[in-house]
Amino acid sequence: MNKENNEENLNLSRRKFIGGIGATGAVALSAGAWGGKTLQDALGDLFQDHYQRMTPEEIKEVLARIERKAKSDYGAEIKCENTPPREKVLFGYALNIAKCKGYRDCVHACVKENNHGRDSQTQYIRVLEMPNGTTDLEKSDHYYNHEQVPQDGKYYLPVQCMQCADPPCVKACPVSATWAEPDGIVVVDYDWCIGCRYCMTACPYWARHFNWTTPRIPPEEVNPQTHYLGNRPRPRGVVEKCHFCIQRTRKGLQPACMDACPTGARIFGNLLDPKSEIRYVLENKTVFRLKEELGTDPKFWYFTD
Amino acid sequence: MPIIYFVRDSIREMFRGGMVYWLWLISLVGITAWGLGYYVEQLENGLVVTGMSDQVSWGFYLANFAFFVGVAASSVLLIIPAYIFHRVEIKRVVLIAEGMAAAAVIVAMLFVVVDLGRPDRMWHAIPFIGRFNFPISILAWDMLVLGGYLFLNVAIPFYVHYCHYCNREPVFNFYFPVVIIAIFWAISIHTVTAFMFSANSARPFWHTALLGPRFIASAFVSGPALIILTMQFIRRFTDYPVSQEVIKTTALIMTVALQISLFFVGVELFTDFYNESTHAASIRYLFFGLEGLDSLRPWIWTALILNVVGLIILMIHPLREKMLTLNIACISTTIGIWIEKGMGLVVPGFIPTPLGEIHEYTPTIVEYGISIGIFALGILLFTLMAKASIAIELGKVRYQRVRGANEQHTD
Repeated sequence: MNKENNEENLNLSRRKFIGGIGATGAVALSAGAWGGKTLQDALGDLFQDHYQRMTPEEIKEVLARIERKAKSDYGAEIKCENTPPREKVLFGYALNIAKCKGYRDCVHACVKENNHGRDSQTQYIRVLEMPNGTTDLEKSDHYYNHEQVPQDGKYYLPVQCMQCADPPCVKACPVSATWAEPDGIVVVDYDWCIGCRYCMTACPYWARHFNWTTPRIPPEEVNPQTHYLGNRPRPRGVVEKCHFCIQRTRKGLQPACMDACPTGARIFGNLLDPKSEIRYVLENKTVFRLKEELGTDPKFWYFTD
Repeated sequence: MPIIYFVRDSIREMFRGGMVYWLWLISLVGITAWGLGYYVEQLENGLVVTGMSDQVSWGFYLANFAFFVGVAASSVLLIIPAYIFHRVEIKRVVLIAEGMAAAAVIVAMLFVVVDLGRPDRMWHAIPFIGRFNFPISILAWDMLVLGGYLFLNVAIPFYVHYCHYCNREPVFNFYFPVVIIAIFWAISIHTVTAFMFSANSARPFWHTALLGPRFIASAFVSGPALIILTMQFIRRFTDYPVSQEVIKTTALIMTVALQISLFFVGVELFTDFYNESTHAASIRYLFFGLEGLDSLRPWIWTALILNVVGLIILMIHPLREKMLTLNIACISTTIGIWIEKGMGLVVPGFIPTPLGEIHEYTPTIVEYGISIGIFALGILLFTLMAKASIAIELGKVRYQRVRGANEQHTD
């Protein structure tokens, strides 16, 4: 541990030194990109190819490097995988707003599961406190902080990435760093994103978040089960978003937000499976989608009992 | 090889000048370096040093980007009257205008570069080596048209100056078609930049077909205004002939453009406010504030007042003909359009957020510092290009003369 600290200090002082020279290229290289220990890792970071273009061997190498970096940056042992999408699976989500009580357990479970920077306050889920009688989002309260929820005269509307079938964010990206996977999850290659944030501008659901600073997590709080396209530690200066807990759902688990929900308001499942609960909801309940008129075909529905 | 002499002599001319010229260059270099210092700070700490947030994810940098693309486009569009109406005296300023266009494109591109979270990954946008999402991404289109435009505005003046340097006339049939391409290209860069914003159906404030025409109209105000101011500088500090006719024609273009531009603003205000929908929230925030938050209000009202003052001056003929009042109009409308198209256009698109949150944005000292540094660099580049251009056009730097001098020297 001590040795690691020393190395961390060395790394820091080297950064300061290079920064002091003011060679901007070198700074760009050292700041953020040079998170690894060895020059080889740093160069690997710099010249890494697009996820969809890498060979299985290259991906294996990258995953190992990500694990090494997690060790050196966070002091955490993680396992980074790239579990592929399963055949005949298309994920969808339905949320019962009659059951949602605004506890925000989903929000906090998501932060833990997905290794969000604890200081950066990034959250994939926003629970909007809405006054009864309207669906006007501008009347929502994003930062409600009561002793007790639910409040009288309010209902609660959690919003997260809708994994649109025709996602405007994907169209916006100038370098194709974000795309829809075959199972419907819109993912980001954090190692390819250039941080222009045009996707954030394009998203109608405010589902995309930027790493304005390097995300920091105490080592004991790092979730070690990670996915390349999901909850692995993110670098600074790139965009991230909800990915339906790809590290869990591709293994047949529920997303963390659904697991955490104490009221059973959340129903996640395979839209292609006629016997799935989500299909039952879509076929038997009155459902609606947020901003459906924008034509992005979201795969996230709301319903009431 | 005369081309080597051409480049060498041009560069030599760029750094030849009196005390005032050198002071000018040194102060511009100084300001650029000062801005670079802030950029180093931003690289070290990340974009957290800016006032931007997940809510307002583009700010002062992209605001300046939109403005300078307009300057770049409109300075070349001034070529149209020169050729269509055979206004010889305007042809003389064409080369200066193209120099200004080139500098403005570089400035615009730099504003995108400093806005990137990962400038070290810029190579990802290089086709084939990286992954360039063309033709789907409008930002990819923008990179392409800006790059092409920069090339055109370097290539044409390079060729014309080179011919003049070699004491021959440029072949009209060779370069004129390229000039025509550049004119269409100029409209395209600004249209594509407008599309970059109006393409977002999630942002009702920008999602209007009028945005493209508005961009073009306002560009025709700020571009000519800057040309008029620059021409007076050139007239004062060099022997380059700038006739009053050029300034008069340019001022007329500017007047018409400003009328159209303000008409468009009025059209937007009517459409948004007559039957006010939730889509008008951004424009209400911009002009009047929402829920007591109104940090953009002073900006937009300043812009509106400056533009109206400019319009009044420009529409009263004696005032437009008088240099003092014309200059006041040029400065006030340049600032007016800069605000209207920058802070007044980019930022309110993000307020309220698509989820109805009102989160304000104020640029930080780092953003101002970096931006001022980029302005200075742009002025520096333009100064150097104009210096060489004027010397070649006045016949002070010529191949024969230089070669003669060289031969004498070696003898």
